[in-house]
Amino acid sequence: MLFTSYEFIAFMAVVFLAYYLVPRKAQWPLLLVASYVFYWCANPMYLLFIGVTTVSTYAVSRLLEKVNAQQKAYLQEHKAELDKEQKKAYKAKMKAKKWHLLLLCLIFNLGILSVTKYSNFVITNINTFLSGSSKLALVDMIVPLGISFYTFQSMGYIIDVYRDKQAAQKNFFKLALFVSFFPQLAQGPISRYGDLSKTLYEPHPFDRKTVSYGVMRILWGYFKKVVIADRLVTGVLTLINGQEMITDLGKVFVDYNGAYVFVAMLFYAFQLYCDFTGGIDITIGIAETMGIRVAENFNLPYFSKNIKEYWNRWHITMGTWFTDYIFYPISVCKPMLKLSKWSREHLGPAVGKRVTVYLSSFAVWLTTGIWHGAAWNFIVWGLANWVVIMVSQELEPLYAKFHARFKVKGKAPYEVFQVVRTILLMSMIRMFDCYRDVPLTFKKVGSMFTSFNWGVLFDGSLLRIGLSSADYLVLAAGLVIVLGVSLFKNKHGSVRDALYAKPSVLFYGLMGLLLVMILIFGAYGIGFDSSQFIYTQF
Amino acid sequence: MNDLLEILENLHPEVDFETCTTLIDDKILDSFDIITIISEINEEFDVVIPAEEIVPENFNSAKALHELVTRLADE
Repeated sequence: MLFTSYEFIAFMAVVFLAYYLVPRKAQWPLLLVASYVFYWCANPMYLLFIGVTTVSTYAVSRLLEKVNAQQKAYLQEHKAELDKEQKKAYKAKMKAKKWHLLLLCLIFNLGILSVTKYSNFVITNINTFLSGSSKLALVDMIVPLGISFYTFQSMGYIIDVYRDKQAAQKNFFKLALFVSFFPQLAQGPISRYGDLSKTLYEPHPFDRKTVSYGVMRILWGYFKKVVIADRLVTGVLTLINGQEMITDLGKVFVDYNGAYVFVAMLFYAFQLYCDFTGGIDITIGIAETMGIRVAENFNLPYFSKNIKEYWNRWHITMGTWFTDYIFYPISVCKPMLKLSKWSREHLGPAVGKRVTVYLSSFAVWLTTGIWHGAAWNFIVWGLANWVVIMVSQELEPLYAKFHARFKVKGKAPYEVFQVVRTILLMSMIRMFDCYRDVPLTFKKVGSMFTSFNWGVLFDGSLLRIGLSSADYLVLAAGLVIVLGVSLFKNKHGSVRDALYAKPSVLFYGLMGLLLVMILIFGAYGIGFDSSQFIYTQF
Repeated sequence: MNDLLEILENLHPEVDFETCTTLIDDKILDSFDIITIISEINEEFDVVIPAEEIVPENFNSAKALHELVTRLADE
């Protein structure tokens, strides 16, 4: 059931109506049922996987909380008689107990994720070292929808309970809803229990403003998805995969290089932005119509002035998840601190200072790459991000000197240059998503600098990649609207707040206009099948 | 406190760490800075700041960070 399918829209409407018709204390159980129906519609087998993750997360979180409570009670009871060392020893003993429980849960759930998602990737790589009949057969494995998202969300929760930062949810069904909440099941965001639970289980009376805001957000998401992203799909796929064309010489296969790759790079950048942010707008909007607040996942990422800032604004919930649960624990673990100390003593303070940051970031970006998909393309993509971030980190003193010498920092033209540079750099790295393997990606990206065919941008060639003049017109208008809304948001904050403060005819009129634009300019029909959201595959 | 201020000032000489209370909220310190600070604290005070203590409340000001280091040293 795609977000863009009629079935989903009907499903959403039924859930919405039922949500406000049932007694308020039945609202969250209704959402749990709806979430499981949604998942069952995708594939009944998926329920088994999400069920197992929910049960194991619930069981271990309760055990962890029991240990936490036991520790607090014991320390309180023996406060007077225990000295500092005894307290320390007791805490260490309890921490080890909790660590074993946590490890069990992590290995079990990340094991499910790894086996379902990465078995064939591992087998394919092993097979490169084997020959003939000794090659291993690939396995026919189900990859449950959104498994990366719900597994990471559950593991974040269990780590928070382990750290005693979060009380364990005693009601199994409430936890099941947190793991399976249907609007965010397919492509995130990766919510934190502490944030989502604040509004997920609360009774919500119908509130016109909240529902209106939610509907506006949903429509804005659909506008980006079906008017822009889905219209760009044809062009992007043609430029990436090439196409057969009838020419004077007969049927020939056209492979696109040079300037075409540059166009594909920009088209994919806009497609991915509108696809992913559009999907998240729909997710947040659906939740909002029911009074539930889901964490924001984007903060105008294409306005970032450098790659570090970009990653603080793009897929925010994933970035903070990796920072809190991978980057920090690796950085402050004892072996890493020892290594840092050793490096300071033997290699000097400059190296010692960097070693922790470099190694921990490497681990984060490697994991980020693997998380995105079972292919070398994604691993190289992750590591390319790491290299660029580290290089820009090293260049920071040089930038500071440059800014001090030329006094350009904060000046509008220079900021535009920084923004464009970041977009181009990120878009180029992202080309690893597009081509079938790493060598081809290097070849294609390299062709941008070696094939000087920039004339194709102006001679009508771009009208032969599956996009007509009318498509370009709709795309240009759509992107101008997205840019306008983004600029407004950047300068004045919430667009919906500003609109809602005006006479209601303007707010609801614009809502209607958005709906009309989606219906008229959405990419449907021959040549445009509304496609799956890109991030659903992750 | 002075040793801690020295660590922080070496990292960001442009910031007034004695008065600033929004080091994380205003994104003055990023994750790389935090890790550098933690490893320098470990070096200087022989105190290990565990991952669960890396929360904005503990890093928003030099004072909060000093309190954290003192508490961990006492534990």
